[in-house]
Amino acid sequence: MPPQLKRLLPAFIIFILLFLVLKYYLTPETFGEKGHYRYSSIAEVQNIDMKYAGMDKCNECHDDKVEELGMDVHADLSCEACHGPGLTHAENDGDYEILIPTEREFCALCHSKNISRSTRIITQINILEHNTGKKCIDCHNPHMPWELKE
Amino acid sequence: MGTKGVKNSRRDFLKKTAIVGGGTIAASLLNPFDAVLIASEDPGDKSKVWWGYVIDIDKCIGCGRCANACKTENDVPKEPFFFRTWVEHYTINNDGDVHVESPNGGIDGFEQTLDKDDVFKTFFVPKMCNHCHKSPCVQVCQVGATYDTPDGVVLVDDKYCIGCRYCVQACPYGCRYIHPEKKVADKCTLCYHRISKGKTTACIEVCPTSARMIGNLNDEKGPLVKFLKNHNCLVLKPHLNTASKLFYNSLNAEVR
Repeated sequence: MPPQLKRLLPAFIIFILLFLVLKYYLTPETFGEKGHYRYSSIAEVQNIDMKYAGMDKCNECHDDKVEELGMDVHADLSCEACHGPGLTHAENDGDYEILIPTEREFCALCHSKNISRSTRIITQINILEHNTGKKCIDCHNPHMPWELKE
Repeated sequence: MGTKGVKNSRRDFLKKTAIVGGGTIAASLLNPFDAVLIASEDPGDKSKVWWGYVIDIDKCIGCGRCANACKTENDVPKEPFFFRTWVEHYTINNDGDVHVESPNGGIDGFEQTLDKDDVFKTFFVPKMCNHCHKSPCVQVCQVGATYDTPDGVVLVDDKYCIGCRYCVQACPYGCRYIHPEKKVADKCTLCYHRISKGKTTACIEVCPTSARMIGNLNDEKGPLVKFLKNHNCLVLKPHLNTASKLFYNSLNAEVR
């Protein structure tokens, strides 16, 4: 063995060992179990709390409203599309109030006239002309919009 | 030493080169080196879930409820430039000019600013993470903080991300942002905390026209594959070969 190598070899070995020791302590647990990532982070993402309950949950208490809604044109709507996230409301026996939007602007998000919208998909009205000054829900029942109130 | 020695060493050199070169080629034939696929896990087992997503542009009315629900469900900052999903309003006028706008991601609704007679074509395009199988964002992450789960969802490990922004640059769809408080990359998780509990995503839950759909691409009789069979669906930027798993029905060629 040439003398240069003899002297360098221990330095190399120390360097490699140091690298392995550092790698052992710096690599987090479950890293590389399934790929080049921390496998346990999948479970961490899965355990994030939900906020939207889903319509089955609403149906447990408000089955009358769900049935009303499912009768015609608003049948595809989920309760939480208008009423906002309802899981805390559902889990606390209704203690946390859900949203009850009443403004014209809210209905207009879907129903205002816009040529980008297909008339086959959605009924549209000109919000600047249609009964201005009144709320939509003064005449229309949002759960059964085909019925006009007196 | 002399001419003989030189000759021998040259012969040795050629022999060794042939062995190393030939061996490399032979080994690569046995196990093809796929630089792109190596970044993500192969779908492999057909009996397991392989998440895919469909957006039907014909049905989208641009109400922006999806963007709003996504922000609520996933604690996305309310400022109008952080989105995990957002809606773009495309208007192509008669001269062929394309206008794209997305005020506050569509959460506050849209107004048509062009005169009806000037408009050639107009529609809404909801955007979100494409959950690519060959994700550019996963490939550039140097610490392994973003990855493809075995069921085909691209996630970010927010405890391990160093916030270097490489992935934000790499995503060709602009679907990532740096979370202003956590200082790490953030993006659509396909509501992984919901879909793995049997619920649907927040955006699908609130979509009033069922323009959005999630499903198992491995389930050949499932609703998602059925939809893909019956409609002409496309992915965004197919030339980039990202193997996107977000399919659009009625996608116009002007959509980028």
